[in-house]
Amino acid sequence: MGTALLGSLESGVIFAIMALGVYLTFRILDFPDLTVDGSFTTGGAVAAVLIVNGYSPFFGTIAAVIAGIIFGALTGILHTKGKINALLSGILSMIALYSINLRIMGKANIGLLGEDTLLTQVQTASSGLGESLSKYSIVLFVIVLVILIKLIVDRFLDTEVGLALRATGNNARMIRSFSTNTDNTIILGVALSNGLVALSGALMAQYQGFSDVSMGIGMIIIGLASVIIGEAIFGDRSIRRATLAVIGGAVIYRLVVALALRVGLSPSDMKLMTALIVIIALIAPMMINNWKDKKKKDARRKQSASEMKAHLEGGKNNA
Amino acid sequence: MLKLKDINKIFNEGTVDEKIALDDIQLELKKGDFVTIIGSNGAGKSTLMNIISGVLIPDEGTVEIDGQVVNNLKEFQRAPLIGRVFQDPMAGTAPAMTIEENLAMAYSRDKKRGLRKGVTKERRILFKESLESLHLGLEDRLTAKVGLLSGGERQALSLLMATFTKPKVLLLDEHTAALDPSRAALITDLTREIVDRSGLTTLMVTHNMQQAIDLGNRLIMMDKGRIILDVDPEQKKTLTIERLLKEFERIRGEKFASDRAVLG
Ligand SMILES: Nc1ncnc2c1ncn2[C@@H]1O[C@H](COP(=O)(O)OP(=O)(O)OP(=O)(O)O)[C@@H](O)[C@H]1O
Ligand SMILES: [Mg+2]
Repeated sequence: MGTALLGSLESGVIFAIMALGVYLTFRILDFPDLTVDGSFTTGGAVAAVLIVNGYSPFFGTIAAVIAGIIFGALTGILHTKGKINALLSGILSMIALYSINLRIMGKANIGLLGEDTLLTQVQTASSGLGESLSKYSIVLFVIVLVILIKLIVDRFLDTEVGLALRATGNNARMIRSFSTNTDNTIILGVALSNGLVALSGALMAQYQGFSDVSMGIGMIIIGLASVIIGEAIFGDRSIRRATLAVIGGAVIYRLVVALALRVGLSPSDMKLMTALIVIIALIAPMMINNWKDKKKKDARRKQSASEMKAHLEGGKNNA
Repeated sequence: MLKLKDINKIFNEGTVDEKIALDDIQLELKKGDFVTIIGSNGAGKSTLMNIISGVLIPDEGTVEIDGQVVNNLKEFQRAPLIGRVFQDPMAGTAPAMTIEENLAMAYSRDKKRGLRKGVTKERRILFKESLESLHLGLEDRLTAKVGLLSGGERQALSLLMATFTKPKVLLLDEHTAALDPSRAALITDLTREIVDRSGLTTLMVTHNMQQAIDLGNRLIMMDKGRIILDVDPEQKKTLTIERLLKEFERIRGEKFASDRAVLG
């Protein structure tokens, strides 16, 4: 496998964790949460600061997840208790997090080169396995991790609390009549989602060897693109299927970006390209449906016209 | 079982749109009472249901369920005591989730939700058994998404879900109104069957006078936010549509006369 391809696969799988978080809010809760752009960076910031201050990368990563959960919960509280529109709650959190992330890091960029990270630890641990195998140690590690997370998410959404969470996004009035406090399920859902997003950010910082205050910009669109591409290609008939699709979508998105770069697009064009992918993926199914509808209607009209004609001609013959 | 005292509800109070939706309502249901409610559009029937279930808060008065004043309980906090079926067949179920998942949510209504699986093997057996009582073959479609069911099937499922945990009070707000006549008859029969079997204390709103007469042991008529007629179980046995209409005319006439007297 080429290094470039391997690299996109690795980062695609790390982004998939973030995409699973976006799936939780966007699809399950029906809550378009823009906190993501901020909380992804928060994950990277918290992990990086703790690692350069001598804490273990494992501890740094866990702390990042907890920070993401807390800020996600805050967005949920703004929306449910503060009665602020969902999009606006997320935007407010995202903006506030920009300052908070700078405070956490103390500067705009923290380098992790030469530091012990979760990923360098994995590489060291696998170095005994020979070079051909250890080359794949990182990709194997992140794949196992993302599959584990997927299984936990699937299982959680099958629990009593998980069912209530899904119903909150599907028919809130109904689940309230079955004694669920939908404020709580929304807060919980947004919190868990941002926990995953922050985990993804923490891993990305350790993978690329630095944390940057702008590393989260545009993340929500990448997450959405992964969800939409995944569902379109792999289907979303069940939760299990959909979470797998989201992971696939994130990886494919990454590969497409790598391809686009190779054919000469510049990295600064990527956000535009991502936005275009999402727009197309959102509009195309609607246009295809309209087109099918129109074809069906035309066919019916043609048929009834020819029936009418036959009827008239039949009438003439009788006369 | 259910006691409403001095309930008043005014919408948009103090504006030109002011609307007295409930005017000093007194109502008491004994355990096992099945009361049908009729009344013209805007009479306040749905408002009454919403005040009992906690969707709306009364301006004045108390709501008591099973000896407990529930005025300060939010909708979701009262929900363990109350089963509801709405007019819209889409309202009572989660369409993107399966039949068994929907039933699992109904099952958890009066229990604390935790990280146990919602659908377990034992529960599935229970769900199957209760679905069989609907005679719609839904017991063979446990893993079908509810969004795929017809309006009648969804309403039957809503009814089963609303009554699954034997609530203290069952509220039905025109729950057959959106269905075609044969489906409506099916749901009416199921309602009678389920309420009888579990002896549920029930309030049912309907615009169908025959249905209001056929079902339940007591009938009340509402008009302009007031209860203007209360037919007790003895009288209800011999009630007909003609007598109901005549009674309505009589009350209207009296009211008209008294309005004249006041204005005079
Ligand atoms: N949220 C609200 N804000 C303002 N007015 C309301 C509100 N809800 C109900 N009303 C008014 O209160 C009155 C009673 O309404 P309600 O829905 O209880 O009537 P109903 O008896 O259920 O009528 P229908 O048979 O048409 O369902 C109506 O005049 C209605 O316009
Ligand atoms: Mg009504």
